[in-house]
Amino acid sequence: MFYSPVRTNAKIVAASENLHLFRYVEDPEQVKIETFENRGGYKAWKKVLTEMSPEQVIDEVKKSGLRGRGGAGFPTGLKWSFVPKDSPKPRYLCCNADESEPGTCKDRVLMERDPHAIIEGMAIASFAIGCHLMFIYIRGEFTHCHERIEAAMKEAYAKGYLGKNIFGSGYDLDMIVHTGGGAYICGEETALLNSIEGERGMSRIRPPFPAIEGLYACPTIVNNVESLATVPHIINRGADWYKSLGTEKSTGTKIFSLSGHVNQPGNYEVELGFPLKKLIYDPEYGNGILGGKKLKGVIPGGSSTPILTPDMIDVNLDYESLTSVGSMLGSGAVIVFHEDTCIVWVILKLIHFYRHESCGKCTPCREGTGWLEQIIRRIEAGQGKPGDIEEIEDICGNILGRTVCPLGDAAVMPIQSAIKNWRDEWQYHIEHGKCLVKSEFPFGQK
Amino acid sequence: MILSEESVKQIKEKMERYPYRKSAILPALTVAYRQVGYLNDDIYREISKIIRIPVVEIAEAATFYTMFPKQPRGKYLIQVCHNISCSLLGADSLISYLETKLGITKGETTTDNMFTLISVECLGSCSTAPMMQINNDYYENLTPEKVDKILEELRAKA
Ligand SMILES: Cc1cc2nc3c(=O)[nH]c(=O)nc-3n(C[C@H](O)[C@H](O)[C@H](O)COP(=O)(O)O)c2cc1C
Ligand code: SF4
Ligand code: FES
Repeated sequence: MFYSPVRTNAKIVAASENLHLFRYVEDPEQVKIETFENRGGYKAWKKVLTEMSPEQVIDEVKKSGLRGRGGAGFPTGLKWSFVPKDSPKPRYLCCNADESEPGTCKDRVLMERDPHAIIEGMAIASFAIGCHLMFIYIRGEFTHCHERIEAAMKEAYAKGYLGKNIFGSGYDLDMIVHTGGGAYICGEETALLNSIEGERGMSRIRPPFPAIEGLYACPTIVNNVESLATVPHIINRGADWYKSLGTEKSTGTKIFSLSGHVNQPGNYEVELGFPLKKLIYDPEYGNGILGGKKLKGVIPGGSSTPILTPDMIDVNLDYESLTSVGSMLGSGAVIVFHEDTCIVWVILKLIHFYRHESCGKCTPCREGTGWLEQIIRRIEAGQGKPGDIEEIEDICGNILGRTVCPLGDAAVMPIQSAIKNWRDEWQYHIEHGKCLVKSEFPFGQK
Repeated sequence: MILSEESVKQIKEKMERYPYRKSAILPALTVAYRQVGYLNDDIYREISKIIRIPVVEIAEAATFYTMFPKQPRGKYLIQVCHNISCSLLGADSLISYLETKLGITKGETTTDNMFTLISVECLGSCSTAPMMQINNDYYENLTPEKVDKILEELRAKA
């Protein structure tokens, strides 16, 4: 068995009527197709193929209000409806399992522990858009997920859930497991498509959008693992049920990956609209800040989202609420840090990442992230100069909104928020040549 | 030939599943890397022959990805995540600890070719930080005691 020892709230989920993604993730048997079937698995797939039309599937998912869980929050059913009905070309579905947004570790848990749920969701999405060859793009480092998904795929073929003439419906569907080579940018949907095509994993200029011209220049839908794993539940229990969960505009449930300075980091499935404070402090979830220290900041949606200060954390975890405090829900990765953390140090870690992962296609991102890292590294090393903060702000302003793909914005937004919220600390760092608080964290001392 | 018969077979099988041969580049590189542990121009050429794609296109793709080094590495490749969630829980001190234990600095290989130590970006194990990946396996929620034990076991196994 190769499970991540990550903490989940599977018990709470199992006891609830409505939470669903994590219901069986603590049971090692769940990866077997028989167990999955006994628990209602592949029923939705059968229902779709034998009782529903593609339009009905799309309508149901539209009505459910499901929004993409990969970061952008785009309505899933609406995205599917963009695939041209009259195109003579083949259509493709790609499940995005490149999970590499710092802080995010939820798709890995689903792949390791409930692989059939993902395959079933992919199959339903494929039917909805008229796809006969679907892909899952798994990040290269996830060898075990790759093995798990391949094993599940083989079982699904053997049982006739994939292959030719499925359930006698005349519908054919094949699946390919494609693994990446270690590049964050390949999680960006157009870079992902290039990577499947055997090109360098660089983003494409849009339009055309993938739904019109994606993989092999054919209509293509890219969806996140968690979005797709949700789809069978919507088909089984109906859009009205799904819509009744969460908030009016952010329906359903979402997995949040909680990490950093909390007593109980883990992956927690909750209804959207769950209070951030509760996630951090409730004994069932984060159980408070490590060492009883004071909270300093929270990155609420993965490393690409603006950072919140303690006075902003009275917010609910849904798309609208996080936007209203100037941040984003993103991938649902909540990263917490306490008072002993230097904000310049945090930002240096992040900008180093974005500079390293920039695909180099467009100048503002390629050059800008490099300049930013240089300046921020200098400040962190105690060699900051007057005017550095303004320079950083200027470079950020010249990246934001001017790049081929959203990686440029992603690099800039946390920096802008860090300067806005902790300007004094940046100033102190530059004036005194050292941190206001030094980030020194010994490992293994929880 | 550097690639084994088994690797060639695997590459061909994968290639046949794609609508276009070029898509088999990344899978082929992965198969080759798993067998050899690194890639070089000769391996690019062998792949080029198997999937019938010009060697420049193989090299072009391969050099984009961090997982396909052109230099051999130690028997065990230790990759420590140095991104934010792991750093907050001591990734920097974990790296120093490993450097001291192994007697090398980040980026180097031990003289017996047993361990190579590098640090990498987020590996999707943030809620079980700090962590490292050794070859295909993840080691999570690390403490000094766990690290000692892991290294000992790997040395014993080798
Ligand atoms: C730099 C970058 C990295 C991304 N990485 C991922 C990823 O690892 N997984 C993912 O599902 N989406 C990722 N996305 C978002 C995808 O481009 C795309 O929006 C998403 O897969 C769509 O699926 P959804 O609609 O189900 O959310 C990334 C976007 C960018 C700009
Ligand atoms: S924004 Fe960065 S990652 Fe995106 S296309 Fe431009 S250079 Fe590449
Ligand atoms: S930050 Fe280390 S695994 Fe994600």
